[in-house]
Amino acid sequence: MRVLVTVKFTPDLQSHRTFTDGAVTRTADDGSMNELDENAVEAALQLVEAAGQGEVIALTVGGPDAVAAVRKALQLGVGRGIHVSDEAIAGSDVFGTARVVAAAVRRIHEEEPLDLVITGMAALDGLTSMLPTALAVELDWAQLTLASSLTVGDGVATIERHLPDAHETLQAPLPAVVSVTDEANKPRYPNFKMIMAARTAVIEKWSLADLGVDPASVGTAASRTAVLTAEPRPARTPQIVTDTGEGGRLLADFLIERGLA
Amino acid sequence: MTRVAVLVERHGEAVAAPTLETLTLARSLGDVVAVWLGGEPSAAAVASLGSHGASEVRVVEPQVRAAAAAAAALGAATADADVLLVTSTFVNKEIVTRLALATGAGVVVDAAGAALVDGHVETEQTVFAATWNVRTRITTERAIVALRPNTTQAVAMPDAVVPSLVTVAFEPPTTREAVVAVEAVEASGGVPLAEASVVVSGGRGTGGDYALIRELAELLGGAVGASRDATDEGWISHEHMVGQTGTTVTPRLYVAAGISGAVHHRGGMQASGTIVAVNLDPDAPIFEISDFGVVGSLFDVLPQAIARIREARA
Repeated sequence: MRVLVTVKFTPDLQSHRTFTDGAVTRTADDGSMNELDENAVEAALQLVEAAGQGEVIALTVGGPDAVAAVRKALQLGVGRGIHVSDEAIAGSDVFGTARVVAAAVRRIHEEEPLDLVITGMAALDGLTSMLPTALAVELDWAQLTLASSLTVGDGVATIERHLPDAHETLQAPLPAVVSVTDEANKPRYPNFKMIMAARTAVIEKWSLADLGVDPASVGTAASRTAVLTAEPRPARTPQIVTDTGEGGRLLADFLIERGLA
Repeated sequence: MTRVAVLVERHGEAVAAPTLETLTLARSLGDVVAVWLGGEPSAAAVASLGSHGASEVRVVEPQVRAAAAAAAALGAATADADVLLVTSTFVNKEIVTRLALATGAGVVVDAAGAALVDGHVETEQTVFAATWNVRTRITTERAIVALRPNTTQAVAMPDAVVPSLVTVAFEPPTTREAVVAVEAVEASGGVPLAEASVVVSGGRGTGGDYALIRELAELLGGAVGASRDATDEGWISHEHMVGQTGTTVTPRLYVAAGISGAVHHRGGMQASGTIVAVNLDPDAPIFEISDFGVVGSLFDVLPQAIARIREARA
């Protein structure tokens, strides 16, 4: 069982985030691995552990700080980490990013075939959840999205997923791209030994040239969308009352006054 | 004239409310065609699509469930469209990603609005758990926008014509993915959570008792939501979970009762119109993003509020 997990560095959801020239400003000290990618790492580790042999590889694409996401994956027990970094990638849209990730996946798959690529269901910063699909299309692999459970056997991946109107069971032959939700498992915590080992682990660094990706096909220039403006939403001015027997009435009056009740 | 295609969302045979909102927006962009995937629409459905702006309804048969096949079906029906608008759902995001890769279209998902500016589609959306507003231009010739429900007011046209029905020739491709079982989730009565203009949510503070939450939701014509805590406890099914990994909602009114407002929950509701909260803890983060809050027990506050609203209506 050979599984690649894509991980993304995202700013801490609680931290202050800003835009610079239409792109998210990322700093290494206020972020880590996208929380939903922990479920992807856990799913991959469980599959390899159950198979009794194999390898989990964590891959990220991004600037120098993105390596924090790979290091987090190594802390959790992932055996190999790869960081694709190149100035030309900056400003890529989801399609550019998928092109780079797919090129890296192909290279790893050529070394030795992969069974699965597992991703989180979305990145908590952008939350578009488009990357897993774009990656599957770029690779021309099967894709199973939003798995709340994942089993693999006889060269076939089976998932269950919960859509608002239906619970579905889907199957596809390997190799496949699978995105897992936070219902899929409970991510493990890194132990001290793993944290120390991850600190000094060598993370492979690949450039676009290493992957044979034309720099002009990714980055800002190739992006199909451009951010024009980005502004913080105006904060609400909360009107808070303490219930001393009239709280419900005050709440109702507020709603009635606004034409909401 | 710009040709705008709108993918129809359905509840069985009926047109879902977000599609009427999307059609209303589409009218401001150009000539509108509605795309109905699978089966034949009823006369009532066609009339409703027409009264909200569709001059033509394109029907693609047969019904397909795999996203790759749905993308092919949608592509077959929208080859001449400059702009494609869909409702922002997880499934539709997957479908439009595939279609964009096949056509070269630029995509914005989770948008709150779209307009044509100098021949390009520009969109507005919120990011970072709805704390920032972003305006984006789609720079490609073809544009796809996935719109959040409740971001445009659906308005029928007074002088609408009955749209023409066109059947689109389509041969479903074989897909690697197979849907081997489907179990329909029964709608819990009333409006689906993602589409509701009012959402009343209960969290840990309910202790698992949703009677008051349901009563207020029903009174306000809204849907029942829940926090992750409550669905994890098994108090209410996962379909009710509001949050970044559950359902993202943008209703006119969001009521959070007994919900502290963890960041994942806030990200799923912070873009709502008016937010009111009831919580025992005066330091609950939900109050920071509320327009009106009551520090108190929901078991005291909600019954009084319900009685007061009933009294005011009587």
